[in-house]
Amino acid sequence: MQVKTLKDLKPGEGGRIAQIDGGHGMVGHLAALGIRPGRRITKINSGFMCGPVTIEVDRAQIAIGFGMAKRILVEVEETAQ
Amino acid sequence: MKILLMGNPNVGKSVIFSRLTGVHAIASNYPGTTVGYTRGFMKLGEDRAEVIDVPGTYTLEPTCEAEEVALRMLDSGDVVVNVVNATNLERNLYLTLQLLERKVPVIVALNMWDDTRHRGINIDLNRLREILGVPVIPTVATTGEGIKELVENLPKAIWQDTPARSRDGRWAAVGSIIEQVQRVTHRHHTWLERLADASVRPFSGSIIALTVLASAFLVVRFIGESLIGCVFDPLFTNLWTPVLGRLSEFLGGGGFLHDILIGKLIAGEVDFVQSFGLLSSGLYVPFAMVLPYIISFYLVLGLLEDTGYLPRLAVLMDTIMHRVGLHGYAIIPTLLGFGCNVPAVLATRILESRRERFIAATLISIAVPCAALQAMIFGLVGERGWEYVAIVYGTLFAVWIGLGVILRQAVRGFTPELLIEIPPYRLPPWRAALQKLWMRTYGFLVEAVPIILGAILVINVLHFLGIFEAIADFTAPVVTGLFGLPKEAVTALAIGFLRKDVAVGMLAPLALTAGQLVVGSVVLAMFFPCIATFVVLLRELGVVNMLKSAGIMIVAALIVGGLLNLIL
Repeated sequence: MQVKTLKDLKPGEGGRIAQIDGGHGMVGHLAALGIRPGRRITKINSGFMCGPVTIEVDRAQIAIGFGMAKRILVEVEETAQ
Repeated sequence: MKILLMGNPNVGKSVIFSRLTGVHAIASNYPGTTVGYTRGFMKLGEDRAEVIDVPGTYTLEPTCEAEEVALRMLDSGDVVVNVVNATNLERNLYLTLQLLERKVPVIVALNMWDDTRHRGINIDLNRLREILGVPVIPTVATTGEGIKELVENLPKAIWQDTPARSRDGRWAAVGSIIEQVQRVTHRHHTWLERLADASVRPFSGSIIALTVLASAFLVVRFIGESLIGCVFDPLFTNLWTPVLGRLSEFLGGGGFLHDILIGKLIAGEVDFVQSFGLLSSGLYVPFAMVLPYIISFYLVLGLLEDTGYLPRLAVLMDTIMHRVGLHGYAIIPTLLGFGCNVPAVLATRILESRRERFIAATLISIAVPCAALQAMIFGLVGERGWEYVAIVYGTLFAVWIGLGVILRQAVRGFTPELLIEIPPYRLPPWRAALQKLWMRTYGFLVEAVPIILGAILVINVLHFLGIFEAIADFTAPVVTGLFGLPKEAVTALAIGFLRKDVAVGMLAPLALTAGQLVVGSVVLAMFFPCIATFVVLLRELGVVNMLKSAGIMIVAALIVGGLLNLIL
């Protein structure tokens, strides 16, 4: 099982969130938007020049700042579609 | 009875509010449209109930000012209508559970119900009602489906004894509910979704953004100019000019009353731009110069808001906005500022930190000209050649960037990262879009026009009493020495505090060179916020920060005005 940060995930790749390395506030903000360990997500695209990463979770699209995206670890699914 | 409409951002609370009360609240397709609360009334059986449209919030642990407003409102409500996005049930139910723990009667409106069908989502309503223990009504706010049932079920809202849970416990409970009530089948992407993906990708997104913004600007110009050239100007010239001509004769062509009502005759004729009487410029400026641009700007802005494009623009702009100490979402208040700075400063509540709000509000009031001011700049500066209009805009843009870079270094605190939900694209609901356009136009008519007329009255009285001459002599060193403007221009700067559109209009009779007109317009735009913006800044930033912000504006205006004078 390969674990990557959300930043390093390729657009189109999906997986389950393994871990979020952040303080209580950041974890809470992300959870409120449905982004928490165990959730399945798909990366839509990464911004250029440290721009936000867009992901899809539960049919909703969320844009996440670059710094946060570096601290979200994702277990990549073997069958990338 | 007090009914609160609560739910996640962008689930359609404002649309349901309008349906319930008949009071129109501004609704758009992006999270955070409502930042204050809107109050209305509805008939409930024999009684009159108060309905409050509360800003959207994901949890009851607030992360920004708009969400704090939501939390403060909660304690005052008798019933909560929890508006839930049926296509995103899982995330929305978290707030539902939090509300149920609050010992307040709740009824759930499962909104966007129509979307679930073509998105392949199947929700077992009866099971959901059973588990939550409160009424659950499927609704489609934009068409009105389910609203009647919602109203009928309001008295059945009950307080369900729900144990307080921890954050993880709540999510686990949500997960178990979803497992029991929701089934999702796979389906194919629609063309709107393909377009949606393309508009946040860096390359295609940038091209789309440039195309959208350029065409928005051109369409605003085209509609504005057409309304002036084909409707409003001919109306004034053909119908109103003869009336004023007669009135002028009747009043003897001069004197106090003549000066106030009609103003100065230019070459023996009434000139709508230069005469500056209540009935000449006082009507022509708001109705034939500014109103057409208010209509065209808000029409285009409304469409951008309703399609859901703005959050995507925020994502694309994020990197650039970080250079000025903000994050991408600040682009939304900034764009609103091109209409009017007042709602723009209010909209900064969607930003999380005080630092961001200070920077955003200051940059908006200094470097983002409102539609009324822009209309006058188009009208007066545009007459001298579009290269001069470009200089005005270029200067303001440079100020926005330059000042932003400085403020980013100078203002303490941090800028949190962007974290926003991007709504799906939707085709704008035409009726609602026109309704919103009318609300904003009406707002201009009832709030701005009286101030414009008042400003012109004040100008004429002060002129008549010779007070402006005294001020003009006193401020001549700055106005003439630094800005290179005739000393009479100070009257325009002073009136800029009341209305900036009128102030630019006051530059018209001064026979300025194109360069002077550019300096005057830029200084007016930057110098000080108009009184309405001033009041909002005071309320939103507090006295100390308001004074800081105003100080920055004055210093920046002096520097930029002086530099422009040297260059031009």
